[in-house]
Amino acid sequence: MNAFWIILTGSLVATCCSLLGCYLILRRMAMVGDAISHAVLPGIVIAFLFTGSRDSVPMLIGAGLLGVLTTFLIEFFHRYARVQADASIGVTFTWLFAIGIILISVFAGQVDLDQDCVLYGEIAYVPLDLWITEGGLSLGPGTVWTLGFVTILIILFITFGYKELFLTAFDPAFAAAIGISTTAWYYSLMTAVSLTTVASFESVGAILVVALLVAPPATAYLLTDKFKSMLLISVLAGIIASVAGYYLAVWIDGSIAGAIATVTGIEFTLAFLFSPTRGILLKRKQLQPVQH
Amino acid sequence: MNDFLEFFSFADANIRYVTLGSVLLASSSAVVGCFTLLRKRALVGDAVAHAVLPGVCLAFILSGTKNPFILLLGAFITGWISLVTIDFITSRSRIKEDTAIGLVLSVFFGIGILLLTAIQHSGNAAQSGLDKFLFGKAASLVGEDLIAFAIVAVLLLVTTIIFYKELTLLCFDQAYAKTIGFPVRLLELLLTTLTVFAVVVGIQAVGVVLMAAMLITPAAAARFWTDKLHLMLVLAALIGAFSGVAGAFVSYTAPAMPTGPWIVLIVSMIAIFSFAFAPKKGWVSRLFRQRRNKTHILEENLLKLMYQLGEKKPGFDAPRQLHELLERRAIPQKEAKAGLKRLIKQGYVERTPEGWKLSSQGQRRGERVVRLHRLWELYLTQYLHLASDHVHEDAETIEHIITPELEQKLMEELGFPVMDPHSARIP
Repeated sequence: MNAFWIILTGSLVATCCSLLGCYLILRRMAMVGDAISHAVLPGIVIAFLFTGSRDSVPMLIGAGLLGVLTTFLIEFFHRYARVQADASIGVTFTWLFAIGIILISVFAGQVDLDQDCVLYGEIAYVPLDLWITEGGLSLGPGTVWTLGFVTILIILFITFGYKELFLTAFDPAFAAAIGISTTAWYYSLMTAVSLTTVASFESVGAILVVALLVAPPATAYLLTDKFKSMLLISVLAGIIASVAGYYLAVWIDGSIAGAIATVTGIEFTLAFLFSPTRGILLKRKQLQPVQH
Repeated sequence: MNDFLEFFSFADANIRYVTLGSVLLASSSAVVGCFTLLRKRALVGDAVAHAVLPGVCLAFILSGTKNPFILLLGAFITGWISLVTIDFITSRSRIKEDTAIGLVLSVFFGIGILLLTAIQHSGNAAQSGLDKFLFGKAASLVGEDLIAFAIVAVLLLVTTIIFYKELTLLCFDQAYAKTIGFPVRLLELLLTTLTVFAVVVGIQAVGVVLMAAMLITPAAAARFWTDKLHLMLVLAALIGAFSGVAGAFVSYTAPAMPTGPWIVLIVSMIAIFSFAFAPKKGWVSRLFRQRRNKTHILEENLLKLMYQLGEKKPGFDAPRQLHELLERRAIPQKEAKAGLKRLIKQGYVERTPEGWKLSSQGQRRGERVVRLHRLWELYLTQYLHLASDHVHEDAETIEHIITPELEQKLMEELGFPVMDPHSARIP
C-alpha cells in the first residue's frame, strides 16, 4: 500500500509539473521555475511562524505569495533596472533563499524546518502522514489530498485557459492584439507554478520539482511538434519516471526523489539520442542523400 | 563596538580563517562571474554547483575515503561534465539553453541525492559529513581549507590576468575572435574550467544554492557602475570581498547566524542598491533623466508655440494669453503653467499684466526649435521623398535632439533654404 501512495504522490506532482513545464520551456523560462522553487523558502518559514504548524493551507498561501513576488522582482529588475535577464533570475532567487535560511536560523527554536527538507524533501514519509477523520476512518495520506486538489486546479486552469496560455506562449504580440492580457496570464501561470512547487516541496523537494518541470517537457519537445501531444507525452513521461524512479530507489536503497530525477534524465537522454525526428543518432540517416 | 574592535583586530585564529576564507572565495568567484555574466550565461554557475554532488559521492564510493582532494577531484569532473553537457545539448538539438541548464542541474543533483542517500543507508560509518558539500560550512573553516581557497584564488586571478585579452574578446565578440584565429573552443573550455574551479571550492563555504549568488551577484552589481571591463572586475572583487568580511562579522557577533547566507544577503543588498541608485544606469537615475527630458521637451514646445504666435500679427512684442497657446497645442493647463513659470525663472519668458511674452533670449531659442523643425521637414521631403503631410510627426520628436553641428550640416546639405515644405519661412 505504501508503494501505491508514494507512486500516486509522485505521479500527481509529475502531472502538475509536466503540464506547467511545457509552457515554461516554450517561453524560455525554465530557470524561472527553478528560481521560484527555491525562493518560496522564506514564504514557507513565515507561514510556519504565523501558524506554528506545518498546516498545508497557510503554507500554500505564504509560498504562493512569495512565488509571485519572485516573478515580479525578476520582471522588475529586468524591465525597469535593465538587469540582464539571467542575472536578474540568479540575484533574486539566491537573495530570497538566503533570507529564508537566515529566518530559519533566527527562529531555530520555533521552526521545525531545515533546508535539506526543502531541497530534496522526503517522499517516503508521505504514507505516514495519514488523514484520519473524526470517525476514525482513514482517508489516506493528507499530502495526496492536497496534491490531488492542486492537480485538479492545474488541469482546470490549463483546460479553460488553453487558448490564452497557448497564444501568450507562442505569439504574445498577436495575443495582445486580440485583447488577451499577456501580463495577467503570465502572472497566473507563475502563480500556478508557485502553487505546484509549494504543494510538492514537502514530499519531493525543490530539486525534483525542477526536474519534473523541465525534463519531461524537454523530452516531449524532442518527440513531437504538436503542442497538445507535447502536453500528453510530457505527463506520460513524468508518470513513467515516478513509477520507475520508485523501484529504482527501492532497488539501490536511496532517495526516491533523487531516483525519479535520475529517471527523467534517462528519459531525456533516450529521446535526445533516439527520437525518430530529432534524435542525434537517427537524424543523421535522414541527412544521407537519397539514391536514385 | 567592543565586538567590532575584537573582530577587526583578527587576534582570534578562527576569525582570521573565516574572514580570509570568505574574502578569497567571494572575490575570486566574483571575478570569474564577471565573464560568465557578460557571456549571458550567468546561470551555468548554478548548474555546476548542483552537478558537483554526484562527483563527490562517486569519488567517495570509488575511493572509500573522505580525502578532500579526491572528493574535490570528483566534484571537479562532474561539474565540468555538466557544463560540457549543457553545451552539447544546446548545440545538437532544439532545446534552448535555459531548459538545458535546468535539466542538467536537476538531473545531476537528483543522481547526487540518490547516491548520497544510498551511501548513507549503506551503513558506512565513514560517510558522515559528506553532506557538508550541500550546505556549506563557512563558519567552521580551518587552516587547510584556507590553503585550498588561497591556491584556487591565486590560480583564478593569475589565469584571468594572463588571458585577460582573450577572455574579453570571447565575451564581447566571439565571431571576431574566431576570425582572427583565436582558439575559441579552447578559450571556452578555459572559462568553463575556471568557473568549475570557483564553484567547487566555493560550494564548501556557502552551499549549493547560494554558490550561484557568489558568481552572479557581485558581477551584476559591478556592471551597473562602470562600462570598463577591468574596472568591473576590480569592483566585483571588492564587492565580493566586502560582503565576505561583513558576513564573517555578522556570524561572529551572532554565532547562531550562518556565514554563507549572510554573505549572500549583503552582496544582494549591494546589488539591489546598485540596480536602483547607480549613477547613469540605475533605475532612479533613469527616471530622473526621463523627467528631465520631459520638462526639456515641454519647455521647448512652449517656446516654439510662442514663437509661432509671434510670427503672426501683432508680432513678437505682443503679450499672449495662455489659452492662445493651448489652442494651438493640447498641453494640460497645469503643466503649461508650471513650464512657463520655469521659463520665466530662466529668463526666456516675461510676464506682463496682459499675458506672457518672449524675451529676446527666448525668441532666439524658440526660433531655433522652429528652424530645426522646418529644416527636418524639408530634409525628409527632399532626401527621403516623403509626402509633405507625413513629415510633421517625425520633426516633432527630432527638433529637441538635433545638435548645433547637425544643424549646421543640415543647413549646408539643403543649401540654406528659405521655405519649408508647407511654405512657411525657415527662420
